[in-house]
Amino acid sequence: MTMIEHDKIKGMSDRMAAAEVRGRSPWADARRRFLRNRAAMVALFVLAGVILFALFGSHFAAWSYDSIDFSVMGSAATQGAPSMANGHYFGTDDLGRDIFARTVQGTQISLMVGIVGAGVAVIVGTLYGATSGYVGGRTDQVMMRLVDILMSIPYMFVLILLLVIFGRRIEMLFLGIGLISWLEMSRIVRGQTLTLKNREFIEAARAIGVPSWRIIIRHIVPNLLGVVAVYATLLVPLMILTESFISFLGLGVQEPLTSWGALISEGAGTMRYGTIWQLAFPLGFFCVTLFAFFFIGDGLRDALDPKDR
Amino acid sequence: MFGYILRRLAVAIPTLLLLIVFSFLLMHAAPGGPFTQERALPPQVLANLEAKYGLDDPLWRQIFDYVWRIVTDFDFGPSFVYPDRTVNQIIAAGFPVTLTYGLLSFLLAVLVGVTLGAAAAIRQNSWLDYLAVGISIGAQVLPNFVMAPILVLVFTLILGWLPGGGWSFSDPSFWIMPVIALGTSYMASIARITRSSMLEVLGSNHIRTARAKGLPPRKIIMRHALKPALLPVISFLGPCFVSMITGSVVIDMYFSTGGIGKSFVDSALNRDYAVMMGITILVGALTILFSLLVDILYAWIDPKIRY
Amino acid sequence: MALLDIKDLNVTFATNDGEVHAVNGINLSLERGETLGIVGESGSGKSQLAFAVMGLLARNGRATGSVSFDGQQILNAPLKTLNRIRAEHIAMIFQDPMTSLNPYMRVSDQMAESLMLHHGLSKSAAVADAIRMLDAVRIPDAAGRARLYPHEFSGGMRQRVMIAMALLCQPEVLIADEPTTALDVTVQAQIMALLAELQAELGMAMILITHDLGVVAGSCERVAVMYGGRIREEGPTGPIFADPTHPYTKGLLAAIPRVDQKGDRLSAIPGSPPNMSNPPPGCAFCPRCDFALECCATERPVLTGFAPGRTRSCHVAIDTVRAGIPDTEQETAP
Repeated sequence: MTMIEHDKIKGMSDRMAAAEVRGRSPWADARRRFLRNRAAMVALFVLAGVILFALFGSHFAAWSYDSIDFSVMGSAATQGAPSMANGHYFGTDDLGRDIFARTVQGTQISLMVGIVGAGVAVIVGTLYGATSGYVGGRTDQVMMRLVDILMSIPYMFVLILLLVIFGRRIEMLFLGIGLISWLEMSRIVRGQTLTLKNREFIEAARAIGVPSWRIIIRHIVPNLLGVVAVYATLLVPLMILTESFISFLGLGVQEPLTSWGALISEGAGTMRYGTIWQLAFPLGFFCVTLFAFFFIGDGLRDALDPKDR
Repeated sequence: MFGYILRRLAVAIPTLLLLIVFSFLLMHAAPGGPFTQERALPPQVLANLEAKYGLDDPLWRQIFDYVWRIVTDFDFGPSFVYPDRTVNQIIAAGFPVTLTYGLLSFLLAVLVGVTLGAAAAIRQNSWLDYLAVGISIGAQVLPNFVMAPILVLVFTLILGWLPGGGWSFSDPSFWIMPVIALGTSYMASIARITRSSMLEVLGSNHIRTARAKGLPPRKIIMRHALKPALLPVISFLGPCFVSMITGSVVIDMYFSTGGIGKSFVDSALNRDYAVMMGITILVGALTILFSLLVDILYAWIDPKIRY
Repeated sequence: MALLDIKDLNVTFATNDGEVHAVNGINLSLERGETLGIVGESGSGKSQLAFAVMGLLARNGRATGSVSFDGQQILNAPLKTLNRIRAEHIAMIFQDPMTSLNPYMRVSDQMAESLMLHHGLSKSAAVADAIRMLDAVRIPDAAGRARLYPHEFSGGMRQRVMIAMALLCQPEVLIADEPTTALDVTVQAQIMALLAELQAELGMAMILITHDLGVVAGSCERVAVMYGGRIREEGPTGPIFADPTHPYTKGLLAAIPRVDQKGDRLSAIPGSPPNMSNPPPGCAFCPRCDFALECCATERPVLTGFAPGRTRSCHVAIDTVRAGIPDTEQETAP
């Protein structure tokens, strides 16, 4: 899988913690900077398009994702090519199923896995990291040592083991993918919490009797939000990649449901018979969406990073 | 240095044990157990089977026996699905293949990635730089399972240059596509990391000092810039390695190379827990060993964390 | 002929916000064995001036004009020519000893490197020389410490290492860019004393760049005061301190804390240095100047000589500055 550049996010998080001392809200001019970032704005529109496709695409499909067009079944290579006339805009697979409808369906599943997975990872990572950093001391040491240990485990294998043992249910997939991705997040959050906790202004707030929960809400959470937002945006494509990987192996979502990974897998298997559209359309959506998320994530990071200002 | 290695080992070994116990418990918790099949076995047969595999022992005893056999004999026991084959035999059949193309991919990723990234940083804003940046952005969305079909489409179906699958130790033409498919995205990541860290190092004060000494550019890069620029790359190697081992599963499936990834997926589909666990633990051990090596390498380069 | 001759030096940086003019039309010369101080606030272009001389400008920097060393043109010279001059003839020590040494190399290796390169010494001979030099800059147990890495030294010790490294090849010119700024006050004095002593011993010329007039007073024969990338006043140290003729110099001198000073406030120059990406058309100091005349905002003053060895660039009459009462106030005062 492609990696998130944790060093850069770490640097951003450090600088954000430092900027907080100067009392500057990270959101103040971040939006303006983001809007000026052309690549990120294009990516945002592309992503909006993909989401609209996932939400409303099925209304435009002439076929449903699991129905079979018997007139092309078994002869996809010759009659299943994309065609406006018979309603198979993206062509069909060898079973005569409509690729357009299946791509809509796959897009829904993949986006959902991405968002839910990233959500799970971010929530677990933030809570774990913030707790570890805020409590500090021995608890912190034990918690972080545990993260170190967990980091050197080959998760994909464990996840597949889990999926096989507990059944390949889609909720399991959502949860499992999220649960293997929170470690780096927790480290970054913990680092930032630790820095913030020791800042003079927090100590000052504590000294004049501001309650802990207020300190957390007023100073620590707003500061974490930026990092969390960037991280979550970059995690979504990673989650999509992970799910696609598992589905590519045939261990992910189950027929008749499908996802980009499963569609790419099918397309890759059948392309030698000439049905290239079966690979091209899902792959196109997959690549475009990943690009969009990466550019939006980078744009957000640049916008929020107090570097060079 | 020695103390440092010992301390790292003190973390590595419990980690591995934790992984073994965890996967064992998982397997134990599996609904139905390994011999539950569509057609229920007669109770007597089931009892015999469970006795044979030691499944009627208390749980702690089973775990202990399992770990003990691994530690003393490196024996992962028999396969649950093919009783005539041991997990060791299955691993031994696939592992050399995985190792061969895996190492080649890793070398490709590191050597090409570092060279490309460093060259891009040294010639910032040249065509080489733009090429490197372009490749590294593009390869972000070309993971192994996308690269593999694209390579086959181009080099097998269209050009007909390379075999679309299979493996032969004697014929490197079988190696090329697995190595490229597996290595490309990591190569790109490494190039990107090297480029940005090299740029940062080249702008740093100690490089200015080196220039003020009158050192020629080659010496500055080799003696002063490369080491610090490689530190982020080295810390990336650990996750990169894990991720490549994981990726090998796709390679084995798509190119029918016959590595351990294929056995893993097959055993996952057959619910052959013994094989799955054996492979998971082997991969875990390799990962932990590798991250230990990476840490030592890091400590060797950076004098500040040596002890 | 001067040892180092800087003529009409300009340094510009291409940035996202347009061209930044860091150094504008500087003329300076340095004789053998002489010590020249360059004084100014941060952002006045004094460090960039030094980097330009050494050819060490950042990638986006560009220098024009002429810098000749011993008659040889070195500004924008081919790298090979420059590398023969660097360290061997002109050496430099930097502001931040924490980051200016290579953290990944033993101190002995870093030092030996330039001797091996310039004097063709073997590694062992070079290391022996390096240790001798570390000893000369008063690093205790030099032989033992040479094997350490920079992070194992304190800030002051690191700056001593930097000095030792710069002096290894016995250069004719040493450029010291704020050598004591990053150090504790007590260490500052030690380092300055060490520099003065070594300079006398080796007979080299030195350009001392600093924002601290106190440092200049103790060690320089001549001073150039820089502001906004230009020289505002130049001359022998004594007369400039006794009789500053530029409002900026006067302001700097007034801002030095003195033990014998009565009153409880330090005077400071109001405002902040000019934005060099968009320099004002007239005198860059005008917005902060108590003496500013009408023409100051639009016409750039020229550096002109007014006494032997002394130059200034200011529209305000010398006597007005000397008197310390701006003309505008004289007019309104009855």
